[in-house]
Amino acid sequence: MDSSIVINNLIKSYGSLRALDNLNLRVENGGFYGLVGPDGAGKTSLMRIITSLLLPDDGYIRVAGLDPVKDYKKLRLKLGYMPGRFSLYQDLTVEENLKFFASVFGTTIKENYNLIAPVYSQIEPFKNRRAGKLSGGMKQKLALSCALVHKPEILILDEPTTGVDAVSRREFWDMLKDIRSKGITILVSTPYMEEAVLCDTISLMFDGKIIDSGTPNEITSHFKEPIFVVKTDFVRSLLKIIREMPCLKSVNSFGQTLHVVLNSDDCGAKDVSEFIKSKCSFDFQIEPYSAGIEDCFINHIISRKK
Amino acid sequence: MSEENIIEVKNLVKKFGNFTANDNLNFSVRKSEIFGFLGANGAGKTTAIKILCGLLLPTSGEVNVAGFDAFKQRNMIKKNIGYMSQGFSLYEDLTVKENIEFYAGIYGVKRSVIKTRLNELVEKLHIHELKDEFVKDLPLGWKQKIAFSVAIFHKPQVVFLDEPTSGVDPITRRQFWDLIYEAVDDGITAFITTHYMDEAEYCDRISIMVDGKIDAMGTPTELKRLYNAQNMDDVFVKLARKQEII
Repeated sequence: MDSSIVINNLIKSYGSLRALDNLNLRVENGGFYGLVGPDGAGKTSLMRIITSLLLPDDGYIRVAGLDPVKDYKKLRLKLGYMPGRFSLYQDLTVEENLKFFASVFGTTIKENYNLIAPVYSQIEPFKNRRAGKLSGGMKQKLALSCALVHKPEILILDEPTTGVDAVSRREFWDMLKDIRSKGITILVSTPYMEEAVLCDTISLMFDGKIIDSGTPNEITSHFKEPIFVVKTDFVRSLLKIIREMPCLKSVNSFGQTLHVVLNSDDCGAKDVSEFIKSKCSFDFQIEPYSAGIEDCFINHIISRKK
Repeated sequence: MSEENIIEVKNLVKKFGNFTANDNLNFSVRKSEIFGFLGANGAGKTTAIKILCGLLLPTSGEVNVAGFDAFKQRNMIKKNIGYMSQGFSLYEDLTVKENIEFYAGIYGVKRSVIKTRLNELVEKLHIHELKDEFVKDLPLGWKQKIAFSVAIFHKPQVVFLDEPTSGVDPITRRQFWDLIYEAVDDGITAFITTHYMDEAEYCDRISIMVDGKIDAMGTPTELKRLYNAQNMDDVFVKLARKQEII
């Protein structure tokens, strides 16, 4: 078995809204795959179909070699799923929740303790606390422990880091890497573009479609237009000025810098520089830049709209 | 940006039983400033924001918002601020126009003024068709833009934005920031929380809370220099890692 998840021409509509529009996806066995996109892109619908919680309208799907529609009972034993919304029992303690999930899958905490230890050991000192009384970071670790306790073949996580602070996000991704190293295939979604580079393979999703797929390096190498970074203390003023420039495809702020994308190779840094100088006397520096995932995402959306 | 302070906080303490959620906070926010209020989950940001909005009484200290006292004049504070959260406060079963009229009415904006400002808003956001749609039928990005417009419709002195851009696409997120810049150019002060660290750099000044205290405050450039960091993400991680948190 080489691929954990194979999806061809998947379609799902809600009334007149097409949530998934002819989607193709292939997650290799042992892979670490990321679905990157904003709310409404279709990430949750896709994950719910993969986990057999939602019926597709059309298309071919195999997950761990099984059809989620026909073989859902067998499939569910092989999957660990962490939904986007905290869905454990708030009135049960940490340990009771974990025991419950273990018993539903016919196993015990002890049997797979080694697998969950790196995550669970961090909240074990609070095992008698009710889940509803845990902090956000601790709830997240408990939810991950519960999704792992039956040693799934594939772990599916729906936006596990949304609304989580930057430090806890990093810690969470470290835990995922560790789980992956134990041979579990991971499919994870996120709206944070910078998290994409932590996966082996990613798909950028927007409006029910996959707009690009590949390793993070492959995706950034698909960026063909000339792109430059402008560094200045006057980001807001220069943003307004550069927006008026001819041969501009887009200009976007990235922290205290601006990323300028041009329409063709006929224009270059010199043109941008001269244009800015003709309009104002603010200090700035302009340098060539290599596009990141967020640049690629923005570029795709702009190209589609045009 | 002027020298006038719109928010002044001195020795603010808030306790819940034995737990100190805000441990001696000191800061001020200037008129027309974009102030980023950052911190890890559970650091005490929400408690502080509730106090600043007049929703929660401080335990001790001095807190003044838009010229009013957070102990004695909480209703006056509420009238002079705007608030928008990630959860949105728009009514899904009302149209955009109805939502605006409802909120403006609550804030006591006169009917004739509502009409004029509504027309201005429709022109500015190009929502001639959208204004009669039910909010539940709008895409997320539009909901956020409308929610922000509603929050500043009564021209408050300061608007509190609690993770306003969560989950939207990178283009809409930047369009949202354009709206913030415009509001600030009109003299409104913006007090904002976010988990996007690039957005922290769009603020004029930021504070970072750790365990109930403000551990760092300054312009993004100052903080990056101080912590010898490439970006705000690094600053945040370096600060938070100083203490072990779970």
